[in-house]
Amino acid sequence: MIVAEQKPLSEIKEIIAPYKKILILGCGTCVKTCFAGGEDEVAVLASALRLACKKDGKKIEIEELTIERQCEDEFIRESAPAVSRNQGVLSLACGAGVQALARRYAKTPVLPGVNTTFIGVLETQGVFTEECSGCGNCRLDIFGGICPVTRCAKKLLNGPCGGSQNGKCEINPETDCAWQLIIDRLKTLGQMDNLRKYIPPKNWCTSLSGGPRKLVREDHII
Amino acid sequence: MSMNAQSRLQEILSKGEFAVTAECGPPRGATPEVVRKKGELLKGFVDAVNVTDNQTAIVRMSSIAACSHLLQMGLEPVMQMVTRDRNRIALQSDIMGAYSLGIKNILCLSGDHQSFGSQPDALNVFDIDSMNLIRTVQIMRDQGKDMSGFELNGPPRMFIGAAANPFADPFEYRVIRLAKKIDAGADFIQTQCIYNMDRFKEWMKMAREEGLTEKVHILGGVTPLKSAGMAKFMNNKVAGMDVPEPLIKRMAGVPKERAVEEGINICLETIAELHNIEGVHGVHIMAIEWEEIVGQIVESAGLTPRP
Repeated sequence: MIVAEQKPLSEIKEIIAPYKKILILGCGTCVKTCFAGGEDEVAVLASALRLACKKDGKKIEIEELTIERQCEDEFIRESAPAVSRNQGVLSLACGAGVQALARRYAKTPVLPGVNTTFIGVLETQGVFTEECSGCGNCRLDIFGGICPVTRCAKKLLNGPCGGSQNGKCEINPETDCAWQLIIDRLKTLGQMDNLRKYIPPKNWCTSLSGGPRKLVREDHII
Repeated sequence: MSMNAQSRLQEILSKGEFAVTAECGPPRGATPEVVRKKGELLKGFVDAVNVTDNQTAIVRMSSIAACSHLLQMGLEPVMQMVTRDRNRIALQSDIMGAYSLGIKNILCLSGDHQSFGSQPDALNVFDIDSMNLIRTVQIMRDQGKDMSGFELNGPPRMFIGAAANPFADPFEYRVIRLAKKIDAGADFIQTQCIYNMDRFKEWMKMAREEGLTEKVHILGGVTPLKSAGMAKFMNNKVAGMDVPEPLIKRMAGVPKERAVEEGINICLETIAELHNIEGVHGVHIMAIEWEEIVGQIVESAGLTPRP
């Protein structure tokens, strides 16, 4: 999923400062799963903001709404009446959701309420880890299902650097060395030969480095 | 090993002589005198001077420029090049530029992560890794082509070095990685500072068993300790460093005013041991911001005069 984290209340207060009527719009997909922008978070944030504004002596009307997905126009349209009642929208979706809203509502300011952090997994309750950079050219087949492009701080493709110690990365003792994980897993799978091979320089054309990406599925175009 | 390169370091190593190299960190500023002063201290005691490339991710005078200053003094530089700060286009361009200035040795590294440096908010590049860089320099030299396959007008005939850390984990993969670096094109290997001699010997044994010492020149890395505090710091705070407890105790066991002397003694004992290990073809002395001690170490180790 796309993992996001709600912005600090002080920053959100600053962002919405110019507006007196604001819609907090949640998204029921990724950000709901990572507890950053689903229905519950919309409600909690709305209460916190009302309280904070009251304390500051500022009058504000806050409306709450959560739609299924903010990255699909079909769902976005459901929010049209609520959007039209407000001066601005504070979106709790990822950056894609914020931009999709902005595209649909040309005359309404759409403001980000979360920081989109990464594509990741729920490791344990309350702990999310980044697993994929969306580089557009997946080679998890040779790396035992562990991505060195994302999980090695140096994106090394040919084995661990000299800073790998006791299974941990040199930049942070809390972080697993991706290469230790790869080696352990390939040992288990009996595929250590993968690691004797020279892995050539990565083709980054398919990554963001090649420019903003677009995927066209001819078979789905009506 | 290709005989294309023409550096003095290569000449010495291929003659089977025990090579001596030292490290020179460029200054945090644009003053060439700092480099020249360090060069003067090393002149006559070493076969080549290894010039770091923004080590520990702290901005310094470029390795190429500092190498060029040393060349003008008649010293032979080994240019370090890390993949942290430049993409493949800049790396290849700088390799050719460096060679055009007379720099004939390169040490290919991935580089310390920027989070250790003074500007941790910098974007890192890591377009290619150190293994890819080694292969790139080899193809440029031996096939005369850049990474696109374009035939170069005058290939850079670099003598290619790489790093190895026998003290990092997972230990069993370290020799595989060494083999990969040799296959990729490394002519010589510079190791991480050796304090844990048992582990180093074990690694060398594995390298010999794989036939790797026949294919590459291994230079053992040493750094003289100045104090027990430094020994502890290196062990606890420097990534990939292994200073065994008995060595820390030995440093702590002498009075403070004798610590430097003891550190040099340990360094000399290490060099003597390295001399006797089959497959070790030289020593690389990394006296960090302590270049003035290198001459004394080389002399006391009986490694003067240099050829």
